[in-house]
Amino acid sequence: MSALQQPTDVDVPAAGDTAGIGQAMRDYWARVRGGDIGSLPAVLGLIALVILFSVLEGSTFLSIFNFANLINQSAAIIVLAMGLIFVLLLGEIDLSAGYAAGTAAAVLAVTLTNWGWSWPLALAAALVTGMVIGFVIGLLVARLGIPSFVVTLAMFLALQGLMLLIIGEGGTIPIRDDAILVIMNGNMPVWLGWLLALVIVAGFALSTFLAIRRRRKAGLPAEAMSVWLVKVLALAVLIGVATYLLNQERQLPNAKIVIQGVPWVVPVILVLLVGLTFILQRTGFGRHVYAVGGNREAARRSGINVKGLMITCFIFCSTLAAVAGVLLASRDNSVSPTTGGAQTLLFAVGAAVIGGTSLFGGRGKIRDAVIGGLVIAVIANGLPLITQQSGIQFVVTGLVLLVAASVDAISRRKAAASGA
Amino acid sequence: MTTDTPLLSLRGINKSFGPVHVLRDVDLDVRAGRVTALVGDNGAGKSTLIKGVAGIYPFDSGQVMFEGAPVSIGGPKQANALGIEVVYQDLALCDNLDVVHNMFLGREMKSGVTLDETAMEKRAGETLKGLSVRTLKSLRQQVSSLSGGQRQTVAIARAVLWNSKLVILDEPTAALGVAQTEQVLALVRRLADNGLGVILISHNMNDVAAVADDIACLYLGRMAAQVEASTVDNRQVVELITTGRSGDLGLQPEVAAAGGVA
Ligand SMILES: Nc1ncnc2c1ncn2[C@@H]1O[C@H](COP(=O)(O)OP(=O)(O)OP(=O)(O)O)[C@@H](O)[C@H]1O
Ligand SMILES: [Mg+2]
Repeated sequence: MSALQQPTDVDVPAAGDTAGIGQAMRDYWARVRGGDIGSLPAVLGLIALVILFSVLEGSTFLSIFNFANLINQSAAIIVLAMGLIFVLLLGEIDLSAGYAAGTAAAVLAVTLTNWGWSWPLALAAALVTGMVIGFVIGLLVARLGIPSFVVTLAMFLALQGLMLLIIGEGGTIPIRDDAILVIMNGNMPVWLGWLLALVIVAGFALSTFLAIRRRRKAGLPAEAMSVWLVKVLALAVLIGVATYLLNQERQLPNAKIVIQGVPWVVPVILVLLVGLTFILQRTGFGRHVYAVGGNREAARRSGINVKGLMITCFIFCSTLAAVAGVLLASRDNSVSPTTGGAQTLLFAVGAAVIGGTSLFGGRGKIRDAVIGGLVIAVIANGLPLITQQSGIQFVVTGLVLLVAASVDAISRRKAAASGA
Repeated sequence: MTTDTPLLSLRGINKSFGPVHVLRDVDLDVRAGRVTALVGDNGAGKSTLIKGVAGIYPFDSGQVMFEGAPVSIGGPKQANALGIEVVYQDLALCDNLDVVHNMFLGREMKSGVTLDETAMEKRAGETLKGLSVRTLKSLRQQVSSLSGGQRQTVAIARAVLWNSKLVILDEPTAALGVAQTEQVLALVRRLADNGLGVILISHNMNDVAAVADDIACLYLGRMAAQVEASTVDNRQVVELITTGRSGDLGLQPEVAAAGGVA
């Protein structure tokens, strides 16, 4: 045990408040230096990329249409990455999530278009497909103890075949149901967009305020009100600007229609972001997911049902993949054998890792999927404006993923070195 | 405080890992209000024995009696429900969780479906204060940022957080400095004086001499002897540990010798 003394030389008072913004920043910096860097590199990277592309291709990249487009491009990857975070937190991997999305999309398309089911039924069928896939993977990994890498590699192939069988010889099945199409192609009325923004900011402010008050009452150290205020204001500005931009009129390049409003997929992602974050951060189940990822044997000795928990996480992953599949079907207005294929999965894994989720398990948050997904989308969106060579795009995306994985590995080493 | 029925009593315990027969017909009695030191050489089977009691894995055969009644401990939760707490040799902490999360792992306090973080943090703080632990900077520190001794204190605090009847400590002072070792031994004594049963596994004869009321010695998976600490001296204990016998005490010569072959 090489006990490098811990670098946290901050003095957190035993009771009372953390003293103001300066202290909060120092605390945060101490955590970053201790290896707990979270989403910091991704956020910095995102800002750097946006500045870079704005300087190089300002008018096009910064156009309002492109901003909405960014959301459209990243939505499915973000949701897929959210699911992957559940298994990455365990220290496992799901290579089949992309084709789980594709298979669910195929089920959606067949039931909706070929069999004429109503959209809620078809949607339910797609989600159940995801659940079953996740349950099977979970059983094989947790009960039989096959490494998840192997199980999901096999599923990667099997699901690809299953998709072909479901879709049949026709090749492509169109989606014509308005309720499904509106998710990725429709926008909220302007007033509703503003209302949504208000609800988010007020909800965040209220819930964090109540948490601070609860800790004060219990005599525990709590965040200073000045720090709280800065956070709320920062969120308000961010959400306000985004809503304002999306509520501007924008024109599709090749069509003459003028549209405006926040895309409907945004509230979908927000609900998932808040709901899944709640599950992982505030419930016993979520806490146990982190425990299993951090030290599986310790979790087992604490009486946690490790196998059941792993199966549940794989079900979360594949079910969210099914949601991503629905988004892909909605975006493309159709489902084909390539839906969910190609780089979809790798982009999603990349999004999670770039966002700050560790490949070694135990570290990561749902919001990493959103931040990382936006980084991937900005690259995919900005690079074609600069170069038409798709080879360069692949290379750059690959390099960004490598950088993220290196940051992950280095911060893990730091965390280990700063402890016992 | 001692009563006639032992708090924990093991009879004829056997445990094998595949072809390796680790525990052979082990008997052990632990009385409430007393510190039972469990000693033995590396690989004698001490950790294996207490992991069985903790419900980590089942014994192959033998009887476990708790407070006079036969029990079968099918898992860690059942052991906890009986009032058995264990500080493991490897501490069993999750590096990626903070001190409070680790202390309540698997037994989180809740209000509704959500975790009651404030209540847990308060209780954790009180327990650590009760152990006179002042070296922790924050209860919200990740365990990965703690020193070896600090981790050990967290693991011990986790075991005394609950209203337990039997506390088992597997080499709890291994990573501790002089002052902290002193503290832990005082705590061990205090627990027993409060009427709890305590099993202390240790390689340190000074620790054993300082706090043990009873000494149980495992030799190659057999219980060589269980005696009152006051009836033996240091040399005899060391002999029991290294050869399985000391004068009249311990295994029969042929058994001790046979154990060495198997
Ligand atoms: N899970 C396991 N699988 C196989 N063999 C095991 C396992 N656990 C322990 N053993 C074996 O059982 C024997 C006893 O191990 P145990 O850990 O109980 O010893 P110990 O008395 O605690 O030693 P130490 O003082 O070194 O901690 C050893 O020979 C070990 O190799
Ligand atoms: Mg041991």
